[in-house]
Amino acid sequence: MLANIFGKLTLKAVQHGPIIAVAQLTMLLGVLSAIGLLFYLKRWKWLWKEWLTSLDPKKIGVMYIVVAVGMLLRGTTDAAMMRAQQSMSVGTSNGFLTSDHFQQIFTAHGTIMIFFVAMGLMFGLLNLVVPLMLGSRDVAFPFMNSTSFWLYVGGAVLINLSLVLGQIGATGWLAYPPLSELAYSPGVGVDYWIWSIQIAGIGSLLSGINFIVTILKMRCKGMDLMKMPIFLWTVLGSMSLVAFAFPILTATLAMLSLDRTLGMHFFTSDSGGNAMMYVNLIWAWGHPEVYILILPAFGIFSEVVATFSQKRLFGYKSMVWATAGITVLSFTVWLHHFFTMGAGPNINAFFGIMTMVIAVPTGVKVFNWLFTMNHGRVHFNTPLLWFFGFIATFTLGGVAGVLMSVPAIDFQVHNSLFLVAHFHTMIIGGVVFGYFAGIAYWFPKVFGFKLNEQLGRYAFWCWTIGFLTAFVPLYILGMMGATRRLDHYDASMGWQSLFIVAGVGVLIIGLGIAFQVLQMIVSIKQRKSNLDITGDPWNGRTLEWSTSSPAPFYNFAILPEVHDRDAFWDMKYGSSKSTKSTNYTNYTDISLPKNSSAGIFIATFASLFAFSMVWHIFWLGILGIVGVLVCLIIRLSDDETEYIVSAETIAKNESINLSKKATH
Amino acid sequence: MTNIIKTEDSSKTLLGFWVYLMTDCVLFASLFATYAVLQNNTYGGPSGKQIFDLPNIFIETILLLTSSFTTGLVMLAVKKRNKNTVLLWLAITWVLGALFLSLEISEFRSMVLAGNSWRSSAFLSSFFTLVGTHGLHILAGLLWAGVLAFQLATKGFTENVTRRLHLFSLFWHFLDIIWIFIFTIVYLRGTL
Repeated sequence: MLANIFGKLTLKAVQHGPIIAVAQLTMLLGVLSAIGLLFYLKRWKWLWKEWLTSLDPKKIGVMYIVVAVGMLLRGTTDAAMMRAQQSMSVGTSNGFLTSDHFQQIFTAHGTIMIFFVAMGLMFGLLNLVVPLMLGSRDVAFPFMNSTSFWLYVGGAVLINLSLVLGQIGATGWLAYPPLSELAYSPGVGVDYWIWSIQIAGIGSLLSGINFIVTILKMRCKGMDLMKMPIFLWTVLGSMSLVAFAFPILTATLAMLSLDRTLGMHFFTSDSGGNAMMYVNLIWAWGHPEVYILILPAFGIFSEVVATFSQKRLFGYKSMVWATAGITVLSFTVWLHHFFTMGAGPNINAFFGIMTMVIAVPTGVKVFNWLFTMNHGRVHFNTPLLWFFGFIATFTLGGVAGVLMSVPAIDFQVHNSLFLVAHFHTMIIGGVVFGYFAGIAYWFPKVFGFKLNEQLGRYAFWCWTIGFLTAFVPLYILGMMGATRRLDHYDASMGWQSLFIVAGVGVLIIGLGIAFQVLQMIVSIKQRKSNLDITGDPWNGRTLEWSTSSPAPFYNFAILPEVHDRDAFWDMKYGSSKSTKSTNYTNYTDISLPKNSSAGIFIATFASLFAFSMVWHIFWLGILGIVGVLVCLIIRLSDDETEYIVSAETIAKNESINLSKKATH
Repeated sequence: MTNIIKTEDSSKTLLGFWVYLMTDCVLFASLFATYAVLQNNTYGGPSGKQIFDLPNIFIETILLLTSSFTTGLVMLAVKKRNKNTVLLWLAITWVLGALFLSLEISEFRSMVLAGNSWRSSAFLSSFFTLVGTHGLHILAGLLWAGVLAFQLATKGFTENVTRRLHLFSLFWHFLDIIWIFIFTIVYLRGTL
């Protein structure tokens, strides 16, 4: 009877060792205190109406970033635990983690950092910036956008739930079979991994479609493709990769879960299954995924470098072609993740050469950025500092990558800490620094005040120094033969001191994060003295700076018309200077999407379905599917999804903004 | 088809739906690739030649191709704004799709009853998943057609309903094309 109601879920699922119990209690207290605070401040209705059900991409963007930062804290805690274990667990000492727990931690760390931190920050920034930069009021499909966000939240909730109820897989972040098959991982950990990614991944796929259509169909008048800011080009490239890569992930995860739940034999070690097929498929998604994350970061740096050099971006056309080249080539290199598979010299040579080739357009970009600064009026604000950090570390990591593209060398360092150091250099030094630059750069546009520069600088230096301290030892350790995912090694290896140095590096990064949190608090407290009244705090070049800060909910009172690549710069200083000041009062009614809670409900039912698949709770699965369908049909039967903002309201709002500017 | 839908909104949705269809295409491509790799891994069990019932598959194919034709007739009637004709051809499309699906289910059932389920070998796992995923899409299409018929009957040719009929026809033709690949790669190559 109980098995009918709860499936495999029993009380045993919550019982773990003391370390997890502390984590469980912390999470429980965190959630409870958040709920309590909302009741105390009577903010439930406000939260629901102003944020949770909002279809405004700027608000959805902020929510993405809030969730992603929360997940960053968890992912960093996991990283710190791993390094602490590796610094202690030598010879006769076994550290404070069991092997199984250590394996779960590195699985959670990788999964969380890629799917819920990097992807979340990326989609957050895209939501904040893309419509504004296009001179548009919204994304193409606002309701789908909200559904994507809530599916992402559903995935994040599920992976955190795995800590409270059950466990996460002990299989690494890509869960290679046959280890991840039922025979070797009989617990629910791998199922949690599959379904949290599956749900978040479907959300990403929908977002990808959404932004492709937004960019292709919603550019303002005069913005033809070759007049788009580079950021939009990189987003278009990245989202095209989402559209072509994420279906592979969906199919691959579905096959693994069919193996586990219905006893199929895609990747099992018996009955004719082929585990290498999984590895091929997951990397056919996984390598484009790297570029999905880095391309928007390249775009951010292109905007940041041009703005803070007060100079037009060098080599725009070569940037566009480099972006397009990376987009196409990123599907031709996946096999370099497993040269050791034994596919034969010709295949390895092909993928090795393609890997070297893809470094070329990236190199083009690096030189374009440097040439943009050449003879520019360079302002050393935090966003540009992140760019400098990026150039130094990313080039280092890139060279390590090209080194490993030689199959013979890769055979030596495969699965070693050298590889771990390489991809962390790319992802922290490239992706994370890029997104931090983006957040510092666009923060005033979203909130109407700038972030504190001083603390931003401290955070930057802690991150950069901490990063180098944490990962340079790993390059060396990798060369010395230390494999990844080690929870114990012999003292005679002589690795301990380097592991301790790496651990210190993590602490310095932690200090950097602390400075960022402090920066946020201080900036909010001192917001009056950092207000961005003009809407253009950095003397910007692109359209988002042409509207007031914080950007009004309709983005632009009158949709802009552009004549130049750096449209706003052109309006300020160029030949079309006059067009900006035309008739401020000539407003028309605007139709905007109404709030909708359907996205939340769809994602909730989808998460219930996923939860039921983890624990084999039959009735809940049916409820989940039916719930999703019913919500979808109800939403699609609603023909009144938009409301009208009257011209008078806009005129009133705009005159307030103008008078603010005037009094300043 | 251009005169069926005109507004800016519809052109966004149309492009978005095309992109979605391409993503679905990649999904099927992954399953086809897996099938291609695993099709000979019968692990001592039957191969396609021994279990595929070609006459039955031929009837399924004819049913689905005909339903694609009747979807075309639905769209012609939409163009003329003839509600009853639309509903009639939509109903016929639905019945053809449902017959296809029931034949597919009975084919699966007889295979499983004969002891050749998806658990038997990697070949059968990939077969059931590839063909079954197409079947699930057909099921979703049937559900969609039902909801659309209801919306058309109650609301008439509103912009939303007209646009969705157009999207549905794209979806249904797409499934037809996927089926032609399944018919060729799985069934014909498997038996001949």
